[in-house]
Amino acid sequence: MKSFKNNSMKWRYFKQHLFFGAVRLSALVIALALGGILFYIIVNGIGAISWDFITKPPTDSMTKGGIMPAILGTIYLTIGAIAIGLPLGIASAIYLTEYAKQGRVIRLIKVGINCLAGVPSVVFGLFGLGFFVIFLKFGSSILSGSLTLGFLILPTIIGAAEEALKAVPQTFREASLSLGVSKWQTIYRIVLPNAMPGILTGSILGIGRAAGETAPIMFTAAAYFTAKLPGSIFDEVMALPYHIYVLATAGTNIEATRPIQFGTVLVLVGVVLSIDLIAIIIRSYMRKNKGW
Amino acid sequence: MDSNIIIKLNKVNFYYGQSRALTDINMNFIKNKVSALIGPSGCGKSTLLRLLNRMNDLIDGTRVEGEILFEDKNIYAKDVDPVEIRRKIGMVFQKPNPFPKTIYNNIAYGPKLTSMNTGDLDTLVEQSLKQAVLWDEVKDILNKSAMNLSGGQQQRLCIARALAMKPDILLMDEPTSALDPISTAKIEELIEELKKNYTIIIVTHNMQQAARISDETAFFYLGNLIEYNKTEKIFTNPDVKHTEDYITGRFG
Repeated sequence: MKSFKNNSMKWRYFKQHLFFGAVRLSALVIALALGGILFYIIVNGIGAISWDFITKPPTDSMTKGGIMPAILGTIYLTIGAIAIGLPLGIASAIYLTEYAKQGRVIRLIKVGINCLAGVPSVVFGLFGLGFFVIFLKFGSSILSGSLTLGFLILPTIIGAAEEALKAVPQTFREASLSLGVSKWQTIYRIVLPNAMPGILTGSILGIGRAAGETAPIMFTAAAYFTAKLPGSIFDEVMALPYHIYVLATAGTNIEATRPIQFGTVLVLVGVVLSIDLIAIIIRSYMRKNKGW
Repeated sequence: MDSNIIIKLNKVNFYYGQSRALTDINMNFIKNKVSALIGPSGCGKSTLLRLLNRMNDLIDGTRVEGEILFEDKNIYAKDVDPVEIRRKIGMVFQKPNPFPKTIYNNIAYGPKLTSMNTGDLDTLVEQSLKQAVLWDEVKDILNKSAMNLSGGQQQRLCIARALAMKPDILLMDEPTSALDPISTAKIEELIEELKKNYTIIIVTHNMQQAARISDETAFFYLGNLIEYNKTEKIFTNPDVKHTEDYITGRFG
């Protein structure tokens, strides 16, 4: 009997090690893949990076010079997308979680939002072209591109905001309402401030997507080449992802610009990470005031 | 209406969806008294309490029949704003639920947002904390987060927060069930003190507590008001056998 017990224990330990090993391995594979990509980009791109590369416009048919207009363009477009996507997304989430009566209509809207998240980005690009650029006559511009990207990241932000709002304890709402404070004031003063760190976490994902997408901006905002910097939101801009796409597929000398392509990729990663960092700093500042 | 009666319930029925939680409740709450609602879990006592400041409005699919008169006006009438009702009828919850704000801002929150004519806010905060017998413990840390206080202190802060609105009635939903005996004793003393100026309606699971602090006691069972009497009478010589069985611990 005793030996049977021991064997069964051994078998269970063996299974445990097996499964722990398997999950460890999966984590390792992901870390390696991510590290590998970053390593590859850095090794190939670091040579192209210089002060001039970041601060000068391209020259010689984009085979030399810098990418400053594209960096600025991507920053403008990303900030524009957040400026449109964040308020709209938070407002939608507040309606869905705090005001709307839960029922069939709301379920349908939520299915719609999930579908929106699955729509390929090129479809957003075509929508942006048809609606913002042509119908509303915004032209190919920062405004059209920001609106298109804003709608693209909307489902991400709504999803994150919904989760964050639901995570705010119901007792906070009850306490506020029991004092004779109105529902909107309760949401604005108590619920939203406590949900904000969570909303920002979700938005960070949206930021990365807005900054990195090519398809939505190629019809709506991105210029093949322009050395001048945008003077208003109705101007076209260069953008990093589109610049990479152009250099790698339609440039005047694709092979010769490989180092510039990698350099641009590296800068794009850097820009996304810095915007994320700003969001993270804001979030940790907001979290300091939170005690639950 | 008798001037001593502050709330009057007329044939109140309450439903969660299809199921009836309260059946034909008729009762009066008397001004400046402590009324205790007792009964086993699920008997409807908390539901009744939350009816009195329309907190059940927050739950989807609930329905009220009958009328609840507060100052001669049915608080469920169409033209009544629940926000107005809640300003006059404050509430303290089962678990202390301070906001993740400073102690000062927890108290100032309600008066500030409801643009009450409070005069000086600092004075109001001090007054409210003194009324809740918390002032001496927190007067030097008003700008610290309320989350760092102990459970008993948090609950007294919640009472102070409700008092800052200068309500007529204070509803308490098992306010000591999450607290240790010493904190419980402090809150009970506080209730004794507060009834001079406020009408207090308290739900409690603890029968000794009801006996200690209340003037009137109502015993509920399965959504029915079984007996409502002077506390002394309920605990010494109740009219209904059912009440006696519950109080002596024969069931529940």
